[in-house]
Order: sequence, then structure tokens, then C-alpha cells
Amino acid sequence: MHELAITESILDIVRRHAEQAQARRVLSIRLVIGELTGIIDDCVQFYFDYVSRNTIAAGARLVFTRPAVELVCEACGHPWRPAKADWTCPGCGQAKARVVAGREFYVESIEVE
Amino acid sequence: MNPIELPVVERIMGANDDLALRNRQTFDAHHVHALNVMSSPGAGKTTLIIRTAQALRSLRSMAVIEGDIASSVDTEKVRAAGVPAIQINTGGNCHLDAAQVQKALGELSLEGVDLLFIENVGNLICPVAFDLGEHTRVALASVPEGDDKPLKYPGIYTAVDALVITKTDLLPWVPFDLSEFRRLVRSLNPRIRLFEVSCVTGMGLDEWAQWLVELTIRECKAPWAETRQIR
Repeated sequence: MHELAITESILDIVRRHAEQAQARRVLSIRLVIGELTGIIDDCVQFYFDYVSRNTIAAGARLVFTRPAVELVCEACGHPWRPAKADWTCPGCGQAKARVVAGREFYVESIEVE
Repeated sequence: MNPIELPVVERIMGANDDLALRNRQTFDAHHVHALNVMSSPGAGKTTLIIRTAQALRSLRSMAVIEGDIASSVDTEKVRAAGVPAIQINTGGNCHLDAAQVQKALGELSLEGVDLLFIENVGNLICPVAFDLGEHTRVALASVPEGDDKPLKYPGIYTAVDALVITKTDLLPWVPFDLSEFRRLVRSLNPRIRLFEVSCVTGMGLDEWAQWLVELTIRECKAPWAETRQIR
């Protein structure tokens, strides 16, 4: 459900940048949204089509990059991608995981004409 | 003009985070330590807040912002316990955001308040994305919900400073592997503080209350602040 609030934020950012560039229309929007955010792509596109009606971004295609969760063990330095929600280090068995990727949440670029 | 690619690189939560920063400045100006309390519905957030107020009565003064989709049931309960409280009705939204908290702060006096509890809407997913300006994030997990929640909703466990396991008086009656649960949560978040509490028997409340008192004493930098960076 919070995809709606997030989609409105995305639209605000996109409109501001497109208007600054005096663009006529936004064709596509590149989003970087890490796996840990729990955001669902289809849901965002669905809401976006709705909230962007009659705006400069109407009909824009959302292009998602979804970085996977990447961890590094602060005890032994071992980097890994967890397959499940048990983040015990597969190298040394300690619980010292630090998230290095997977929390990204930003608008990377827009394609305008 | 021909299609061109414009770099943006802007945080999606930027507008919320800016307001959250202002809320934090308001709390700091009043020497208030703010906590964002999150859990699934029915984990016992309101009951824990009321029992905490009773435990801290002679030690620290508290206020509460209650977030719910509808009704003021929780606010009435908290006020009946003698704690100042303000209700936010989100009108269907599954989480609180910084703007709603800012509005509530206009109606709540922070004068003399040491600890402000912001009780979020019952939900393990959406509230995590919204910084409210709190200093400390707390999640609750109640024993009857089962011990597999970290497997299903890892996000919230990685994003909080403390986890309170509630309704521990039910442990003899409900299948809940406490040590496996603790192990999983610690694997997701090595720095997390774990508490075990029963608001029925009062077990564990002292330790929890003691920790809250310490929060109001020491300068507390939110450990998750680093996670809000854009890359």
C-alpha cells in the first residue's frame, strides 16, 4: 500500500527535473530500488500510470534496477549474497553482517523529449 | 527535441526525510528522545506503552503520538493511564509519515517531556520506509505471532535499534523457539538490543524501562542513519 505514497514522491521528483529542462514529455524513468525495500515493481507502475495522468510524465515507462542484498562479515571480511533470511556468515559462522547493497532507493535518470 | 537522458540521482524519500530532519530538530530543541514503535497489529504496542509509563512514572515524563488507520481507541486508553496523547488517523494509509508527525507536534506540548513514543500503524513493511525524525526505532514481536517472522519480513529487523519480544507469559502454551528466534534476529542485525517482556506478569519491564532511562541520558546517534544514504 505504501507504494502509492512512494509513487507520488517519484512523480514530484520527475516533474521538477523535466520542467527545469523544459522538456515536453517524459518517456521513461530509471529507478534503483534495492531488494531490501520490499517494493513491488508492478505496483509502482500501476500507481504511476494513475497519478501521472494529465502530467508531463503521463505514459512514461518505469525501468527498474533491483540490486540484490549484499553483505560483508565485519568479523572475517567475507562478502556474500544471502539466499535466506539467516545472515550468519557462511565463512566464519559469526553474526556480524553489514549490508553493503540492497537498500538503494532513488531516481537515477529520466529520458525526456 | 530528440530524446535525451537527464541524470537525476535523487532520493525517493527525500521530501519525507527533510521533514523528518525538522521533526528531529524540534525534539532536540526540547530535549525529547523520540521513539518510533513498530509491529504487526495486536503485538501489544499500546499495552507496552501504558505499562512503560507506569514503570517510569516517578523517573521520566512521557507523551505519546498514536497512529491508526481509524478511531481514537488507543489514545483514549493511553490518556486514561494519565499520559498525554495525540491521535493521528491516517485515513487508510498503512504507515505514518514525517508530515503527519509534524502536524501532530503542533497539537502536543513537548514542555517537560523526556520520552516521546510514536506508535506507528500496525504493519511490518511500510512504516520501515518512513523516517519520522525519531532517535530510536523499536519493533515488537509477540510470542503468539510465531518465531518465523524474521524469515518473512527481514526488512524491519534490519532497520531497528531494539526488539521487544512481548507476551512471554504465553511461552509455555505456544510453540515459539526463543533461542532460534533470537539467533535469527541477531544474524540480521548484530547491534540490535533484545528485550523479553510480559505486560501481564511484569517480567522484563524493569530492564526495558532502565534502557529507556539511559536513552534520555546519553547522546544517542541512530545507528541506522548510515542506511539512509543514497548509495
